[in-house]
Amino acid sequence: MANSETPLVDQLLTGPWPSFVAEFKKLTARKPIVRAFLGQLEQSYHDKLSHWKHGGIVGVMGYGGGVIGRYSDLAEKFPDVAHFHTIRVNQPAGWFYTSAALRTLADIWDKHGSGMTNMHGSTGDIVFLGTRTENLEPCFADLTKAGFDLGGSGSAMRTPSCCCGMARCEWACYDTMALTYDLTQSFQDELHRPAFPYKFKIKCSGCANDCVASVARADLSIIGTWKDAIQQDDAEVKKYVDGGLDIVNDVCMLCPTRCMRWDAKGSKLSIDNQNCVRCMHCINVMPKALRPGKQRGAALLLGSKAPIVEGALLSTVLVPFVEIKPPYTELKELIEKIWEFWDEHGKNRERIGELVLRVGMGNFLEAIEVAPAPQMILHPRENPYVFYEEYFAEE
Amino acid sequence: MPEAVQKRITDIGPPHYEKFLPPIIKKNYGKWKYHEVMKPGVLVHVSETGDKLYSVRVASPRILAVDTFRMFADLADKYSEGYLRWTSRNNVEFLLSDATKIDPLIADVTAKGFPVGGTGAAMSNIVHTQGWVHCHSAATDASGIVKAVMDDLFPYFNGEKKLPAKTKVALACCLNMCGAVHCSDIAILGIHRRPPKVDHSTLGKTCEVPTLVASCPTAAIRPQSKDGKQTVHIEEDLCMFCANCYTVCPSVTLNSGINDGVSIWVGGKVSNARSEPRFSKLAVAYIPNNPPRWPEVVEAVKKIVEVYAAGARKFERVGEWIERIGWPRFFELTGFEFTKYHIDDFKLASKTFRTSMHYRMS
Repeated sequence: MANSETPLVDQLLTGPWPSFVAEFKKLTARKPIVRAFLGQLEQSYHDKLSHWKHGGIVGVMGYGGGVIGRYSDLAEKFPDVAHFHTIRVNQPAGWFYTSAALRTLADIWDKHGSGMTNMHGSTGDIVFLGTRTENLEPCFADLTKAGFDLGGSGSAMRTPSCCCGMARCEWACYDTMALTYDLTQSFQDELHRPAFPYKFKIKCSGCANDCVASVARADLSIIGTWKDAIQQDDAEVKKYVDGGLDIVNDVCMLCPTRCMRWDAKGSKLSIDNQNCVRCMHCINVMPKALRPGKQRGAALLLGSKAPIVEGALLSTVLVPFVEIKPPYTELKELIEKIWEFWDEHGKNRERIGELVLRVGMGNFLEAIEVAPAPQMILHPRENPYVFYEEYFAEE
Repeated sequence: MPEAVQKRITDIGPPHYEKFLPPIIKKNYGKWKYHEVMKPGVLVHVSETGDKLYSVRVASPRILAVDTFRMFADLADKYSEGYLRWTSRNNVEFLLSDATKIDPLIADVTAKGFPVGGTGAAMSNIVHTQGWVHCHSAATDASGIVKAVMDDLFPYFNGEKKLPAKTKVALACCLNMCGAVHCSDIAILGIHRRPPKVDHSTLGKTCEVPTLVASCPTAAIRPQSKDGKQTVHIEEDLCMFCANCYTVCPSVTLNSGINDGVSIWVGGKVSNARSEPRFSKLAVAYIPNNPPRWPEVVEAVKKIVEVYAAGARKFERVGEWIERIGWPRFFELTGFEFTKYHIDDFKLASKTFRTSMHYRMS
């Protein structure tokens, strides 16, 4: 029985959660590469070790990224996974598909690779898992013929991604999908041909709930917000309260600035909008009654990253509010200034957030011509070691 | 293939998303008024025009065979006019304009092994990385642990068991964190614990020594000449197992079957709701790899979820709950041992030390 060849991973076939092993087994009958893959995975489960070798430069002509080279260190035992390269395919913004598009992608990958995918990779791409070097170029040709292109890898602008925004969310303060599509198209060269000190990720979230985790996972986090008062429907507020919402404890008391008051006698919620920090909690709890304001746009935050090299960072406020309207000229010019500074001063494998810390935020702001603003910081410096740049010469 | 080369298409970018939007979304783009969770796994979005869009959220192992693409495509044709999307946590959402098709879809997709849930105050899918399935630097497998944890905590996904707020679990199989787990309610992180083993015979040929030396955040890697060959020496006491050296040089390996394992982190969030976004903090410093089902990891995650579900107030995320009750009580409630590894010793560590008398005795 075929199952006995992989007794360890087969233990992951049972249970209520959908099994990734079952996904591989859908392909073993027609794909020798997947049979070999499962054999190697079983070996990994036995040895408690990965059996993939380090890197390898493969790709398609004219691109410096989009394909991750992967080779087995057990190629003699499992020759069918000697090569097991990944192809990153740039996802449609918001991860929307039609059944026809899914079938097209399925047919292309069935023809040129293992038939295994990730929907989606960590950065947002459609990930095709496992093929041989000679299949890369034909697979790319079929993808582009079908209107798809590769995503980013290496020291490049990585595939931008976004939440579903205005397509299906009442809280979107700008059109995340339109901006993501536009930036991706505008910076195709930066996406496909790595020329930066390290990776650069852009993520667009429509509001401060940040469903795509842009504050933690993007070098440039574009997070929707608004400038004016929360839109308030008093009749709907009353309906929530009449329906059993504990508005004092569950809304007013959880407001981070305590800018909300509930007058039970008059059934009136008052919001001190000047002190609202637009955290989204009250709006999340009472979506029918409260909505983001009308003067909408986004904040730009810069520099988040995972620990490698100098420790993890969250993005920090760079521009507290900007309107996000096509053709996005100012935003693109700012991005280019940031890249230019990074190109010139960044060390090999230094992310933009680390560079800013090394050269000083003040110096960085001067270079990219952004004025310092108190919204950028929690509080002014406590440390008196100031790098004053000018002094009066004495006689 | 000269002809193919001539016709080569490049730099076209992704297809425009409008091609994939259902008519109800095109009509109501930017006009959505509010949404509600109708039942676990089902959202209704209501537009200013009065239109209603129903999203049915379906679990996915993230690794999908193209056969499953075709199965989802067939389901979409049958129930949602051919339209569906994926979420940022790798769930599939069928986008229905006809409410009568919700229950038949749920019955059909569930029968095919893909359950429905993960909406609102629930545990959604675990965002994760490649692990032993496809990565050279993985210190643990990703998909196996995710499967084992979700099997065990399944009632928190399908709504059978309630949670105070949404609970986001993430797994990264090494400190590169392509899954960026560092701001999750619960993060499972693969770790190495043995300093790099140097292959002196290949290092000079495969790696640039200055780049390798520069890659180490603690300057533990020193250039060295051995038998006339250029190589490096590792000051093992300085190694904090980041594996940054391995990323730039395949001749220094940290993978070790008997040493690698998993650490568990808690209390991070990315949403700004109520409290600010924050990093996850260390809860369990080391659990050895125990495939295929990592029972010790599953137990630890379950313990956190259970004490959180029992003790947190409505809307409180894991980190907000711990902040309210204090870390001493978190360790008491979970039974996790507090060790010297829980106290930071890298840059700015002192920012995490207490300078006040504001603490609970337990």
